[in-house]
Amino acid sequence: MSETDAGSTASVSDPPATSQSQAETHHWWRLIAIWVVLSAILDPLFYFLAGPHIPPGKMTTTAGGAQFDFNVLLVIALPVLLAIWIFMIYAIVMWRASRGGPEPEGGETARGNTSVQLGWILTTTVIVLFLAGFGTYALVQPNGAGGGQGSSPIWTPTSKTVLPVQVIGQQWKFTYRYPTFGGFETTELVIPDNTTIAFHVTSLDVIHSFWAYQLGVKADANPAYDNVAFTTTSQMGTFIVRCSELCGIWHGAMYNSGVVVTPTQFESWATATEKRLATNTKLLPPFAYTYVPDANGADGGYYPDNIDPYSPVETYGAPQPGQGKGSGSGK
Amino acid sequence: MAIETTQPGGIEYPGEEAPTPLQPVSRRSEWLRPHAGWAIVGGVVGYLIGHWLGNVIASGYINVQGSGQNDVATVLGLSLGVAGFLTGIGALNYPLAKMIGREPPPAVPEHNWVRYFRMTEDHKVVGLQYTVGVLLFLFTGGLLAMAIRTELLSPSSHVFGPGIYIALVGEHGTIMMMMASSAVVGPLGNWLVPLMIGTRRMAYPRVEAFSFWIFLAGYGVILTALFFGGFPTGWTGYAPLQTQASGGMDSYLVGFAVIGIGMICAGFNLAATIINYRAPGMTWSRVPIFVWAVLATTALLTLATPTLVVAGLFGVLDRTAETAFFVNEHGGSNFLWENLFWFFGHPEVYIMALPGFGIVMEIMPVFTRKPLFAYKVAAAGMLGVALLSFFVWQHHIFQSGINPDMRPLFMLTTELISIPTGFLFLVALGTLWKAKIRFDTPMLFCLGMLFNFLIGGVTGVFLSDVPVNVTVHGSFFVMAHFHYTIMGGLIFALFAGLYFWIPKMTGKTMNKRLSKWHFWTFFTFFNLTFFPLFLVGILGQPRRVFEYAANLQTLNDISTISAYCLGASFFFFIINFIWSIYLIPHDAPDNPWDSRGLEWQTPTPVPWFNFEHIPVVLSDPYHYGEPDAPPVADLGRVLVSAGGAPAEAVGHGDVSPPGDGGDLDPRPPIL
Repeated sequence: MSETDAGSTASVSDPPATSQSQAETHHWWRLIAIWVVLSAILDPLFYFLAGPHIPPGKMTTTAGGAQFDFNVLLVIALPVLLAIWIFMIYAIVMWRASRGGPEPEGGETARGNTSVQLGWILTTTVIVLFLAGFGTYALVQPNGAGGGQGSSPIWTPTSKTVLPVQVIGQQWKFTYRYPTFGGFETTELVIPDNTTIAFHVTSLDVIHSFWAYQLGVKADANPAYDNVAFTTTSQMGTFIVRCSELCGIWHGAMYNSGVVVTPTQFESWATATEKRLATNTKLLPPFAYTYVPDANGADGGYYPDNIDPYSPVETYGAPQPGQGKGSGSGK
Repeated sequence: MAIETTQPGGIEYPGEEAPTPLQPVSRRSEWLRPHAGWAIVGGVVGYLIGHWLGNVIASGYINVQGSGQNDVATVLGLSLGVAGFLTGIGALNYPLAKMIGREPPPAVPEHNWVRYFRMTEDHKVVGLQYTVGVLLFLFTGGLLAMAIRTELLSPSSHVFGPGIYIALVGEHGTIMMMMASSAVVGPLGNWLVPLMIGTRRMAYPRVEAFSFWIFLAGYGVILTALFFGGFPTGWTGYAPLQTQASGGMDSYLVGFAVIGIGMICAGFNLAATIINYRAPGMTWSRVPIFVWAVLATTALLTLATPTLVVAGLFGVLDRTAETAFFVNEHGGSNFLWENLFWFFGHPEVYIMALPGFGIVMEIMPVFTRKPLFAYKVAAAGMLGVALLSFFVWQHHIFQSGINPDMRPLFMLTTELISIPTGFLFLVALGTLWKAKIRFDTPMLFCLGMLFNFLIGGVTGVFLSDVPVNVTVHGSFFVMAHFHYTIMGGLIFALFAGLYFWIPKMTGKTMNKRLSKWHFWTFFTFFNLTFFPLFLVGILGQPRRVFEYAANLQTLNDISTISAYCLGASFFFFIINFIWSIYLIPHDAPDNPWDSRGLEWQTPTPVPWFNFEHIPVVLSDPYHYGEPDAPPVADLGRVLVSAGGAPAEAVGHGDVSPPGDGGDLDPRPPIL
């Protein structure tokens, strides 16, 4: 702190009202100047240097949307953080008792200031309403932003060629079924590029959460419940799938990876896998959006939960594993 | 004008003639009267009876399931154990004596150390009991946190198995949440509120004491989870993993319900006290801001916590009586638990945050020598937070598959709640403006709280934004966020409050150098521990995992090593506390910080009745910087000047009505 700075604060103690209000103006203008300069430096610095590398990247439309949304929030948050930190540091430096400044003044002026209070409330309200509006747009526009929308999604893609992929969470792995390719079930997650995917996420036991990190997709896997999330791929490459809802002791080990390939590669992989797994697929329960545990058998088999409304009698009356079509282990 | 100085009902003061012909129960010898030792005996006996009863009722069909355990026995054992504990401490003596038509012995002030191990009607003893109880919770949870961070030192090699790790995670989370829900309201709320509003007693002193002892019983119950193999669900206890889990889950459900009953009791008592027992002249615009914070918190304690108790009961029934509240296949819903839990769980977040706000706003004027800026906005903000906190719970389950059309609404309400929350910063910055800041330890903790809570609050906005939430939900980002708000906010505020009020609570001065060392190590290592975890979360590490991506090891190790230092920083407090209170005590002056608060105008140590005469409050406690400010209260003997020092004697032993009564609100005490 230079001598002049200290002098101008000390002048507050002088009785004349003019010098006092002048010093006050100095404080305000100094604070605003520091804030504007730092915000003007840090905001673009962040947006252009760190922004493009913020997870989850740009592998899908929803990931790109989440990245953009995060960057917008941070560009708004940085000046807010700076405003308060600058004020606090300024106060700590300038108005410490050990500097021997003037005695603070009490009274009505120190107890509140209508314009400051109204200004504060209005500013925060405007920021918050903007954020809520922007967040809603960023949620609705990319079909739910990759989040699980439950069994009756309301923000659905317009594309006619949506690839449905069923994600089945179970303790402690994910398996995937491709209903448009005969409903085969595999532990590999392969999806085509430039395609809208509908992930139908369900569980066979407890709650899991399907988190395809680079795809910007997250949807909880609930037992006997179909949770749908949409995304559209736009880059090829591998991505990580992790369980992000605590599901028991091996929750930490419940991860694998998936891959986005060209549509042709995907077509050939899917048809080849369908053929290769044909014998397994016959033993699986027929494809359904949800499955319920076999309450009669002790072998952990699963039945398709096609009956709506759910009827235990009909389900329990279904053939037992090994007795014919439509039964067997879902694992 | 005579001023009514007695308050009706309740405690019989010694020396007064018994108003009733009923026979008092004869007083037994010291060691036969209820105390903590009998409580432990009662708890053990109750557990054994309950366990035996459970086996008699249910061992048959549990054996069929072949699970090797009997949830009915565990639940009954724990419940009867809590009942036995409370019987042992004497919680039932008063109602039972009333029931058989006898008059319970009057509350007599005890001055020996034994009173800290009894159920007492003195709110100051309960406050100190809560202080020790909360620190016990905090350090237990802290040790578990060290264990968790130890496991995360390496991405792939393990110190604990995944089973023990997940038990540690659940135990740490639950203990800390239980602790934090009473962290400030328990110790400081109970100790300070009667002194701040100028009353001699709580509205329901026995309910208050009950709330502490059941809180301690909850500690015992939740610790038993470790002996039953822990519970794998974390503190959120999601069904159906809850239904699937082993015996430790019973401890979680019973423990949370037990703590919940304690929270409800504490809330009712404080609300009734604040509303009904304010001294004459203590109008709503003169109530200290901390009391407003406690009042807003009590609304949440009494209205949100019953949901937790009910959810716990459902969970217990699902596990023992084979009901299906949370089982999708049998007509229940796992969303029911999520909604019930978070309907309690989000107000719970503000149960933890609001008292911290109150402490910071209460302490800052003392160290800035300025009035509190925007007092009414601060009070309204906290009530607004309390109200809005009931309308945001679904932001915890954005990705769970609930109806998506509610999502924009809950995003809006969640972001709206940041407006009243932000008033904390308006008040703090306004109070700092052209102040004369003294950097004593409590003030340092307040500034630290503001720094941390700002980061916690801003990251909360990121979490409330659904598209960003898709990435950060369930990751370490969430975990860092709520540690910044709860530990960086509430625990910093708790220590600000402890360092500020310990001279009044114990009558002893804390060592300044050790206090500052505590602050600086705590603040530095807190940020070094939790800031890297934001990055870890964004980079894709889910919560509660024991294995993580190898490229995140550096950040995790920084966090772990800082966590050890963070844990070690508490030794400064413990050593300071033992050193300054017991080993080399220095008597504290009555008002070491020159505060205008009513609680500081009492002699130290505070007498059993708090005030010799019920004070007549003349102004709010924030008239700093006004040389000719009115005294804060007429204490009957002396008027207290603006600086807090006694100015002039006006009365002689009894209450003298103020001469002109200019500032005096002539209302009689509200009964």
